[in-house]
Amino acid sequence: MTAEDKQETGSVREPSMLRQKEMTQGHYERLAQAKESGQKVVYTFVPGNLTELLLAFDVLPVLPEINALQSGMRKRSAKYIAEAERQGHSEDVCTYVKCDIGMLLEGNVGPTGEPLPEPDLLLLSYTGCFTFLKWFELLRERYNCPVAMLHVPYQSQGEIEPGMVEYVVEQIQTEVIPKLEEITGRKYDEDRVRELLGLSAQAEDDLVAVLESAKNKPSPIDSYFGGVYYIGPLFTAFRGTQDAVEYYAQLRRETEERIARGLGPITPVGTMQEERFRLVVEGPPNWTHFHQFWSMFHEQGAVVVASTYTKVGGLYERGFRHDPSRPLQTLAEYCLGCYTNLSLPARVDMISDYVRDYEADGFLINSVKSCNSFSAGQLVMLREVEERCGQPGAFIETDLVDPRYFSASNVKNRIESYFQMLEQRRSVQTGTKQATPSEKVAPS
Amino acid sequence: MSPDSHDPANGGAPLNPCGGCSGPEALAAPARGMQSSGHAPLDDILSRCEGLYFDYDHEAVAEWKRKHPTGAAVGYLPVYVPREVFHAAGVLPVGVLGAGEQLEIVRGDACFQSYICHLPRSVVELGASGRLDVLDGMVFPSTCDVIRNLSGIWQIMFPEKLTRYLDVPQTTDPRVGQQFFRQVISDLFRDLCKLTGRKPEECDISGSIRLYAENRRVIEELNALRKTSPWTVPGSEAYLVLRAAMVLPVEDHTQLVRDYLQAAQDAGRKPQDHARVSLCGVFCEQPPLGMLRTIERSGCAIVDDDSMQLLRWLPTDLEGGEDPIDALAQAWCLDISESASRFVPDGTCKGAGFVKTVQESGADGVVFAAPSFCDPALLDRPMLVDACEAAGINSTSFQYAENSGQMQPIREQTGTFADSIKLWSDE
Ligand code: SF4
Ligand code: SF4
Repeated sequence: MTAEDKQETGSVREPSMLRQKEMTQGHYERLAQAKESGQKVVYTFVPGNLTELLLAFDVLPVLPEINALQSGMRKRSAKYIAEAERQGHSEDVCTYVKCDIGMLLEGNVGPTGEPLPEPDLLLLSYTGCFTFLKWFELLRERYNCPVAMLHVPYQSQGEIEPGMVEYVVEQIQTEVIPKLEEITGRKYDEDRVRELLGLSAQAEDDLVAVLESAKNKPSPIDSYFGGVYYIGPLFTAFRGTQDAVEYYAQLRRETEERIARGLGPITPVGTMQEERFRLVVEGPPNWTHFHQFWSMFHEQGAVVVASTYTKVGGLYERGFRHDPSRPLQTLAEYCLGCYTNLSLPARVDMISDYVRDYEADGFLINSVKSCNSFSAGQLVMLREVEERCGQPGAFIETDLVDPRYFSASNVKNRIESYFQMLEQRRSVQTGTKQATPSEKVAPS
Repeated sequence: MSPDSHDPANGGAPLNPCGGCSGPEALAAPARGMQSSGHAPLDDILSRCEGLYFDYDHEAVAEWKRKHPTGAAVGYLPVYVPREVFHAAGVLPVGVLGAGEQLEIVRGDACFQSYICHLPRSVVELGASGRLDVLDGMVFPSTCDVIRNLSGIWQIMFPEKLTRYLDVPQTTDPRVGQQFFRQVISDLFRDLCKLTGRKPEECDISGSIRLYAENRRVIEELNALRKTSPWTVPGSEAYLVLRAAMVLPVEDHTQLVRDYLQAAQDAGRKPQDHARVSLCGVFCEQPPLGMLRTIERSGCAIVDDDSMQLLRWLPTDLEGGEDPIDALAQAWCLDISESASRFVPDGTCKGAGFVKTVQESGADGVVFAAPSFCDPALLDRPMLVDACEAAGINSTSFQYAENSGQMQPIREQTGTFADSIKLWSDE
């Protein structure tokens, strides 16, 4: 493992991981110094974000969802959620929002230990989720700053319909750009945006190559647990940067090297040795017990070969690329095309295609309590995909960042039962065992 | 033919079509002091409205369709759809607001996890049990993620029926939103006309706009009376009368409201010393009728609420003009009423509009009642509570589901709230 950095914990770190860490650290350092450096700060969301436009204005993006998930991973979310609930928020609502509000109430301290700067603008591009509207109404109350609203229509008929792109473009021109010009004192520079979009497309090509590498057997990557790291730079503050181009080129090289060497994915305890099950996963991960959750898969030799969560920030493998020749149109198409902006039947199609194209043994839905956008309708999706693919699916329930909704033993039992069932089906299919009634892993 | 040219639908359904009873609270008699006067017209009107409320099988809609063989009926979910274009296309718009407290949910529960609100499961139950077969299509407005995703479930469940998602604009620039919404409404209108075989260019949308504006005028009268004289128009009665708009053709509903107003004023009910409250959070999943009556029975007069928001949006003097679809789109985009399903643009303090509404209603306090697991209502609530506190308006909060049966805790909570309001006002 010449290119790998074996850490004392036993985990394996490839150079791309270290590069990503440095990039992220650098970003948080710039944020911590934003006040002194005079750089403006814009809070915005992951799906359908306009990073290239923001970077063209030289503003620093902050993504509250990322703050929330990091708080979850750093075991701080329980405290933040409790604080938000003490302030009158219901137990029933999205925990990302409560985690972010709680973090704000507790000083808005970021991962570097320094407070995050307050926003100069809230860019509300609420692709695929209505809760974003409420989230920024709540933040506006606290920060007393302007909101730039970008309404992205829903692909209810499974495609972008006439007039939608123009509508989004018009809003970018009449709402988003003027507000960015106002807070930065700069003029919109379309050439600069084109330049950044060109860099985005390069990085997107490489991300697609990495995600599609999972079609190999064994898969060199885990497209869910590993995937959430791979999408990080492109879905957040780095799309359109040279850093992202280099990161994805490096990640692609490492992945190709793993394919050449017949290696499985890297897990927190080293390279996975035997690929026993190939899965497709729908829904976001749980962040409070992320590694424990992952271990329930890799310990069983299960690798996720495709996931929908890694498409919330763009459906690149379906052909979309940011196109520098049509800057605002391409940004609009990007917003419209994110996964959670697809109709339920289109999501069913996509999962069914994944099961077939990635030769998966099964699929699993991780339904998170927080997220109506993802979760409402997933039981119908389960049945539809089962019917289309002729394969039983598994259904588990957790949450994003509220540890009260992660029952490790319950989740583990369900996942193990599911793997046993897949094993039995395999035996039956290869004729080595008698068929047994299939066990459905049902929601609690 | 338009949905107007027929006899008033008679409600038709038995009072309790399910044959069972959800419990003593749900169908209890009207609250103390609000008993019927024995005045026949009022009793008749209310019993007709209650019949429509419990008409899960949509008999009234079926009856309308029998009388209008070339017409169609299309359902819609809360909160906003432009019913005017339904009407102009010869389509009866039918509000599908869930199934309240009496329908047993089996298939609906198989579609939604326990942490999703109740409304979509009862809507699925109604559909899967054939109770919506009378509808020729469904429209799902962009109220929240649940209704949005429900539109996809509907496409899967009923591939042969018209299913449309209505993207209601949230832009802060009315001009941009209006242009987009005009297209959305035009597309919907075209699809509705296909159902009835009408030519869009031959439809009188302006005529329909005028009918709905008239309907809003009588509703405004009803709401005004409710505020000045809540014992004459108790909130739970007003709710039933307004709810009838979900299934009645607009002309019939306008007449119904007029009849009710007359009958209620003739009834000579005595003034009551109830605490006046505004009910907030009930704009989508509907509160059980038993809950409204429980709140009243605990000593509160519900002088205003945000149920049936659809009936209030848009001006009462709206005209179609040369481009009636554009007029509808513009009216929506210029409407500044606050709602949990609409973004409050910069420059307007969230909750300011709500506080103004509460003050105008003369309410002494606010009862925040949100459906469990409803992100829009529940995330709005802390902001509205803050706005109320800043304005010196007291409030109390709880959650419900459309099928909540246990009313005792609500009765205690609102009873205590009513007492405390009276205490403050005495001081
Ligand atoms: S509801 Fe889902 S998509 Fe929306 S903010 Fe919460 S976690 Fe994100
Ligand atoms: S009750 Fe709330 S969450 Fe449920 S469908 Fe209605 S608005 Fe959406």
